[in-house]
Order: sequence, then structure tokens, then C-alpha cells
Amino acid sequence: MFGPEQGHFALALACVLALVQFAVPLWGANRRDARLVGLAPYLAVSQLIALGYSFLCLIMCAVSDDFSVQNVAANSAVSKPLLYKITGVWGNHEGSVLLWTLILAVCGGAVSLFGRNLPDILRGRVLAILGGVSAGFQMFCLLTSDPFDRVFPAPMDGQGMNPLLQDPGLAFHPPILYTGYVGFAVPFAFAVAALIEGRVDAAWGRWVRPWAVAAWCFLTCGIALGSWWSYYVLGWGGYWFWDPVENASLIPWLTGTALVHSAIVVEKREGLKIWTVLLAIATFSFSLSGTFLVRSGILNSVHAFANDPARGVFILALLAIVIGGSLALFAWRAPSLTSTGLFSPISREGSLVLNNILLCSICAVVVTGTMYPPFMQLLAGRTISVGKPFFDAATIPLTLPLLLAMGVGTALPWKRAQLARTFSHLYAAAGIAAIGLVLCFWKLSGVLPIACGALAIWVIAASASDVLRRIGIGHTSAQGVWERMKHLPRSSWGAALAHIGAGITVLGLCGMSQAQHAIVEVHIGETRSLAGDDWTLLDVHDYIGPNYKAMQADIAIRHNGKLVTILHPEKRDFTTQSQTTTEVAIHTNFITDLYGVVGDRHGTGKDTTYVLRLHRNPLAPWMWLGGLVMAIGGAFSLSDRRMRIGAPKRAAARNMARA
Amino acid sequence: MTRKTRRLWIVIACLACVGSAAALTLRAFSSNIVFFMAPSQVKANPPSPDRTIRLGGMVMAGSLHRINENGTPVNAFQVTDGQAAVEVHYTGILPDLFREGQSVVALGTVQKNGGFTASEVLAKHDETYMPKEVADELKRTGKWDPRFGKAPDASSWDTMTAKKAGG
Repeated sequence: MFGPEQGHFALALACVLALVQFAVPLWGANRRDARLVGLAPYLAVSQLIALGYSFLCLIMCAVSDDFSVQNVAANSAVSKPLLYKITGVWGNHEGSVLLWTLILAVCGGAVSLFGRNLPDILRGRVLAILGGVSAGFQMFCLLTSDPFDRVFPAPMDGQGMNPLLQDPGLAFHPPILYTGYVGFAVPFAFAVAALIEGRVDAAWGRWVRPWAVAAWCFLTCGIALGSWWSYYVLGWGGYWFWDPVENASLIPWLTGTALVHSAIVVEKREGLKIWTVLLAIATFSFSLSGTFLVRSGILNSVHAFANDPARGVFILALLAIVIGGSLALFAWRAPSLTSTGLFSPISREGSLVLNNILLCSICAVVVTGTMYPPFMQLLAGRTISVGKPFFDAATIPLTLPLLLAMGVGTALPWKRAQLARTFSHLYAAAGIAAIGLVLCFWKLSGVLPIACGALAIWVIAASASDVLRRIGIGHTSAQGVWERMKHLPRSSWGAALAHIGAGITVLGLCGMSQAQHAIVEVHIGETRSLAGDDWTLLDVHDYIGPNYKAMQADIAIRHNGKLVTILHPEKRDFTTQSQTTTEVAIHTNFITDLYGVVGDRHGTGKDTTYVLRLHRNPLAPWMWLGGLVMAIGGAFSLSDRRMRIGAPKRAAARNMARA
Repeated sequence: MTRKTRRLWIVIACLACVGSAAALTLRAFSSNIVFFMAPSQVKANPPSPDRTIRLGGMVMAGSLHRINENGTPVNAFQVTDGQAAVEVHYTGILPDLFREGQSVVALGTVQKNGGFTASEVLAKHDETYMPKEVADELKRTGKWDPRFGKAPDASSWDTMTAKKAGG
């Protein structure tokens, strides 16, 4: 029922359905044939069902330990816990491509179900584009990386999974990140459909924005989760490596953030149309390239576990068709789109334009830093690399004006603003930021951390004060405030929350720039001090885990003689994979992380020493907390009535039917 | 505000931002680009001590030993590319994937005495993996021909002749 052959067949069926979903509605839309266009949602849903079945089959193969399937044999083992048998399905190349196409099909299904208020022709075209991209990836899956390949003879047991990947954080990181990546396919499809149609209006902006916001939320969560995983699993004490794979997720996030903002201008003022269409295309193109970078090994990186040239060529061709095709269409059709809304530079629109320019400049810097080394190697044969110093020096100065403008932007009215009036609303926030600046001078060292810290406080204060002003705190009665709170659009709450989240993340980053660490070699019972805390190695003992041998250390941390916590970092030796992993121990009070790693054991008897790495990371949890707050802000603004336009119409229709 | 002046403002803003982004990128590139060097290149023309480089090669078998410098543990090992070997000093915990006879990339600076002080050591988890640069260097000098099987053991590169490896 759920064997690999059934899964393979369902995948092939989904691929054919996707091809039909691509061709028929486009043709129908061209001929204005409502019946052909009307097929699109049914095709999208049936493609989703076929692909869902196929994915279920792969999961069943993994759960039932069917080692005659190559993919399961290579990545699973009988002794693996059930959770990791399931999540291990997308922990490898073939499975992750299947997951990718499944999420794309889910997007198609969602457009079919939630897009009932869209004009039929537009919905047909959007679904057709999604179907085309889907078909390409499913063909890639079928032709070059079939997850259902059988192996003969079947091994008795699988090879097991990389122990580094056996972690709940990483188990759910790929689906969330992929939903973010793939979610931008919907704005992309809307952009291409609008180009074919030659029309972009406020309604288009209103339809496209929720999809962009949803994808953005997932991408934000995915990036935060990935960074958190690298912080607490890899045990190197940092949170962001500026690794090409990490940059590949940051780049679409930057353009996606710009898209979420510029779509507001399309929706409210019918401005920036061409730009928004271009951003939608660019964001998805960067998402696709992100997969490409990870999957093909064009950029060598610690993450790239699938280095296969045949796949690279296929993906490259796919990218050329999707990106090249959409850009060509853009060049051909974009001039026919005209903007109407006029605005002065000092206005909400103006600040959103500035936001876009700055975000895209940062994005350009990150793209340059990521792509320059491989190109240099290709063209000049010289191997170079750029790392944290480069990205810090090039991106942070561009972030400063962005943060400054973030505080002002939401307080500006549309069309034309008077700076003096706007600033009169921001006195309180500016005061708090000034106090913050003093605080930063006291607590932080370095010009950039101080500036970033103060500006982050400014963003938080300005966003909060903007909401407080709108609900009339200070000049209306409690009753009035409650009334206004109820009527303030959810999108305003969402925007404020997201901006506050960004501020929290930046504060976390500033805190982390002050992290201190020490590498020490100690005997049992010895004490070392780091930044005011005394770290004592109490004991080290060995124990045997389910599929590993472990060495666990007990480290007591005292502050002024008072016991803060006892950390238990471990070093695990996985015998079957001949791999060791470090289990970091972290104690957090949400202000400071105390982070301990145990390293090698040296010597014997009384002379045994242990290498320890001790970190004190101020404000570390804030970085991910801020990401979560940003995503919650996005979700809040998704729940805005405006985003669900047509909902009242549907409700009315339902009521009529009931009557 | 006419369409023209608005466009002018946007163009000015774009130019300012993109210009400063380009300037920042170039400035950061000129001081922060890290070149990859093989031990033989380091020996031939040592970079200045304030320049960070990435040193790549194989850890020579049997070369890893530890020095204790006033309580901080220092790992010392030789990194070779088949032409020359460089002594690397690294304070800290070597990565889990670090093995003798396997490839390694160290980030750090070359000292006046010709030694290398690493601030970061990256190891690849693969027994057959070799950095492309090292493989190219071995092939170029005739010490390894991929047609004749696996690369020879890293400890023998400095001493062996091209003929032995080919056979």
C-alpha cells in the first residue's frame, strides 16, 4: 500500500499533473476559455494529493526499516529513534528535494483553496506558473535523485545518520526553512502572472502581500532556528558563520523583507509596481539559487553533503529557465506597467523606498561577498575566502541608517509629511534612545556595537511609542484607549511587533559582540575565572549511551562565591560512524549565557588534565527571541481583516444560503 | 512634487546607498580578503605577519603533540602539501573531525619564525577527501596520479619521489 513503487508512481503522476497544470490553464487563459482555466485548482489539489501520498510512502519506507530502498539504507538504521526515522527522510538530498516539491504543491493547493476570491484568469495563471516550477523540480527528483531507488542485495541494517543531525532543532529546521524558501514561489507566480496580464493594481498588491508575509515569517523562523542549532550543537561558541549556505538563506530574507514592505506601497498607493514585481522575481530566484548553492557544491562549504555534478547541471538548467525566463518576461512587459501614486521624499512611501534601497544594498554586499570567492577561483584560479571581518565591515554601516529610518518610518503619514510634526511624536522615543546610548557606552565597547545598540533601543522605543500614540495613551480615557485598541488594524500591531523583534535581535547581536571566552587545561578540582565568574571542574565520568560512549564533565560556576549552576558538557563517541560530537552545556538567565564545552583528556592517573572551553555570551538568547517576535509580528499582520478581503463576501453568501 | 523631482530623489538615494555599499565592499575586500595558501607557497614567499591567510593541507601523521604555554593548552602539528611542511600552533579544542593524515584548513597568520599561529581550525569529515588545492599540487608535482588509486599517505609526501607514487 505504501511501498516504494507506489511512491515512485505517485511522484511520476504528480509530475505529469504538474505539467498539465502548467500548460492547460495558460493556454486556456490565452483563449479566454473559462473551462480550461477553471481546471487549474483541481489539478493543483490532485497534484498535492499525489505528492503527499508519495512523501508518505517514503516516510513509511523509513519507519518500517525497508533497507532495500537505497535512500533508507544510506541514512537510517534499525536502532534510530522513531522521530529521527521520520525527520531523517528530509535530512538527505533526495528526501529534501521531495520535501521541497511537496511544499511547493502545498502552496499551489493553498492558492486554490484560499484564492477563491481571485479573478479566475489570474488564479489560473498563478497556478500554472507554480505547476511549471513544480514540474521542473519533480523531474529533477525523478531523473537525477530518485528517493525510491532500490538496492540489491538489501543490507541487513542501514548506515545510520550523521549524529550531528540527530537533534530536534535540526529535525524541524529544513521544513520551516524550505517553507520560507518555497513560499516565495507564490509572490513570484503572482508577479509572472501580472506580467503576462500586463496589469498590476492595488488589488494585486493586496493579494500578493499575505503570501509574501507568510513566506517571510517561515524564512525568519528557519534562519533563527538554523543559527540556534549551530550555536548549541556545533559547540564553537558562535551563532553565524557567514558560510555560503547561511548567506544563501539570508539573501532571499533581505529581498523578501524589501518585498513585504514595497508591496504595502502597491497596495496603498499603487506606486513602486515595477519594482515590486522585480523584487518578487528576485526573491524567488535567490531562494532557488540558495537551494542550488547547497545542493550542487558549486560553493564548497561545511554544509554541502551532496556534491554531484550531474545534478548541478540539471539544477543549473532549471535555474536558467525559471530565472532567465521570468527576467526576460520582465524586460519585455514591465515597461507597460505604470505607477500612479505621487509622493514626496519625506513620507511613508519615501521611507519605504529608503528601506528597500538599503535592504537591497545590504543584499548586494552579501551577494558580492558570497559570490566573489568562487568566481575569483573560476576566473583567476586563486583561492580566496571572505569571512566575518569582511561582512561585518561592509554590512553594519549600512544597517545603521536602516535602523534609524525604521524608527521614523512608521510614524510618517502617507504622501507628504512634516518632519517637525513627526518628530514631535518621537520625543519620548528619542529620550529613551539617548538613555540607551549612555547605557551602551557603559556596557559595550567598540563604536559599531554602541551605535547599533543605541539604534536598536531607538527602534524598539519608537515602534512602541507609535502604537501607544495611535491607541491614544495619555490623551484619551481608558474606555477610549480600549476602543482604539480594538480598532487599530492588526497589521499596525504586526508591524510594531516585527520592528521590535528586529530591535531585540540587533541588541542580541550587540551583546554577543562582547562575548568572552577562555580555553583552559585543568585538573579535576581546579578553578579558573572568566569575566567575574569562577569555573570549577568538579568531576569527569564516563558512561555508555544507546549508540555512543560519552565523557561527561561537571563544571560548577560560582559568582562571588555563590553557586550559579553546574554545567554538564559531554563529548560523545559514536562508534558505528567513528565520529565524535560535543554536547554543549548552556545555562541561561536570558541576560547571559554561560556556555561550557569539554574537550580532550590528557595524561593518566593524578596528572590527568582536561581541556575546557568556557564562554560568557551576553544577550545571546535575544538574537533568536527577536527572530521569533518578528515572525509573530508577521503572523499578526496576516490575521488582519484586510488580508482576507472577500471574507465578508463569502460570509454573506453563506448567510444567504442558510436563509 | 512632480514625477520628475520624485524620480530625481529616488535616483539620488539609490546612488548614495549603492555607492556607499560599493565603497564599503571594496574597503572591506582590500583589508579582509583571506588568501588560501599551501605550505610550499608559505615557505616560498611568507606573507606579512599581520595578514590573515588560510593554510590548507594534510596533517602529517605522527606530528601532533601538545605544548603547555602557561596553563593554556597549545596543539602543535605539521601541515603538508607534499612540497613542504609548516608547523601550526593552535590554542583550543581541535574540531571533532580532526585526524592525523586527513585534510585540514587553518585560519591564522604566519609568524616571523616561519611558524603558523591558527585562530581557527576546520577539518573535513571524510577519509578520502582532500582539498582541491592539495590534490592539484600533488598531481602537478607527479606525486600522485588518481588513475593509480588512492593518494599516498600524507607523512610520506615530503620525502617520496615522483616515481614511487606513480608505481
